[in-house]
Amino acid sequence: MAYTKRFDGRKFDETRKIDAKVGVVPNADGSAMFSFGDTVAIAAVYGPKQLHPQHMQNPEKGILRVNYQMMSFSVNERIRPGPSKRSTEISKISEWALASSTLLNEFPNTVVDVHIMISQADASTRCAGINAASLALAHAGVPMKDFVSSVSIGKMDKQIVVDVTKEEEDYEEGEGATDIAMSFMNRSGKLVHIQLDGKISHKELKEAVELGRKTCKKIYEIQRKALKEVQEMEKEK
Amino acid sequence: MIEESNLTAKRIHEYLEHGNRFDKRNTEEYREIEVKCGISKKSEGSAKVKIGKTEVWVGVKMEVAEPYPDSPDKGNLMVTAELTPLSHPKYEYGPPKFDAIELGRLVDRGIRESKYIDLNKLCIEKGEKVWQIFVDVYSINDDGNLLDAAFIASVAALKDAKIPFYDKKEEKIDYKKPSKEKLPLTENEPFNFSIYLIGDKIILDPIQDEENASDGRLVLTVIPTKPISICSMQKSGEFEISEEKFSEMLDVVEKTYKTLFPKIQKLAESSVKSSKQ
Repeated sequence: MAYTKRFDGRKFDETRKIDAKVGVVPNADGSAMFSFGDTVAIAAVYGPKQLHPQHMQNPEKGILRVNYQMMSFSVNERIRPGPSKRSTEISKISEWALASSTLLNEFPNTVVDVHIMISQADASTRCAGINAASLALAHAGVPMKDFVSSVSIGKMDKQIVVDVTKEEEDYEEGEGATDIAMSFMNRSGKLVHIQLDGKISHKELKEAVELGRKTCKKIYEIQRKALKEVQEMEKEK
Repeated sequence: MIEESNLTAKRIHEYLEHGNRFDKRNTEEYREIEVKCGISKKSEGSAKVKIGKTEVWVGVKMEVAEPYPDSPDKGNLMVTAELTPLSHPKYEYGPPKFDAIELGRLVDRGIRESKYIDLNKLCIEKGEKVWQIFVDVYSINDDGNLLDAAFIASVAALKDAKIPFYDKKEEKIDYKKPSKEKLPLTENEPFNFSIYLIGDKIILDPIQDEENASDGRLVLTVIPTKPISICSMQKSGEFEISEEKFSEMLDVVEKTYKTLFPKIQKLAESSVKSSKQ
């Protein structure tokens, strides 16, 4: 049976309801919450600050360090506290995605720490995490040459869809589910992160990437609005 | 860095000489408290609590597990706390440090000793299968008094929790079946006080700077018997308490409890009601 109608009734190119809020962790230099429906991420940025241990320092530029973590109760089966292979890989992948947009040449020997936490998971958590982290970096005033937005594009049987849910991820009919998480820089339109699980043709993959880029433009607009809101609020203070 | 915090501590002492605090509260006054339940749909119960700028999120998860050998017909309770680097630059990744371990233990002890959860009712098959309750605490923003925030959030998350559907034949939890059954909670709702000593002054609900300037704290959990009882206590930190001071601390608790506990209880209960779970 073909995937003709989405489980939650969305259009094929429609994301879930997006919420973005900047300034959720007062202690941090920058912070934000970002959600796709029931997937909720918060991110906090601390830095640029002195990096210890010293041997990790780069005398030419500051480094970005990202840590992604799911709260134990964010999924049905409780996650044991502490890092896993999965969270370690996602941390690094998010770091690669975000590092492209930051300009840390003026901050040699320092580190910018980005902490991402997922409090509720319904697939696409890394995308929500990257989106929250981008907002937090901008909020912290870290110099950036561009802005990163992220989305998952899926293929259910033969149908390409935007922003995959857990239920869709588990789709088994026909060709099954393919899940492609990707992130783009807004202005340059360049791809800074892509991961794929499933099975897809050349042609469909190109289509998926194009749809991903278009969707990230829309997500960027929501992020920009959230940043503006907090800037105006902070100005009033 | 060290000098800066010494100066702050000195100023805090000077202020307290005149009974004043940086944020104009009196010594026994709490900051504004917010309680919100149902913050994570995949948990069995959840809550976030803000006390001033301090924020803590707690989730309850349940699994079917083997009982402990010394309590074959009782459910298990485990409280874990993570002091996340997201919540303050002083926290780091890695194995939990003492502060996180102690926080988890203090919440655990307070809840356990209060007998707030009727663990006898969480036995599925004596000696074989019981419900295991995990209470997991995450700091989101630490501006002092994390423990009291964590405690309020843990109790609220327990109130919010529903026992998931256990399929006895398949021997697993079916998360697709809606769960309606609440946790077996008793009248003994525990409430925690962290009472800080700064010099000879007793203060409640410290901000971070006050916490750093303090000599230490006395932590105690109160249950609403008539008159009230204390079900757990721990002196935390290397400092001395005279008998008079100790008794003064207990008086402060008794006085504050009367107005604070009903207020928090109401906040949590109305939030459970409005939580969609």
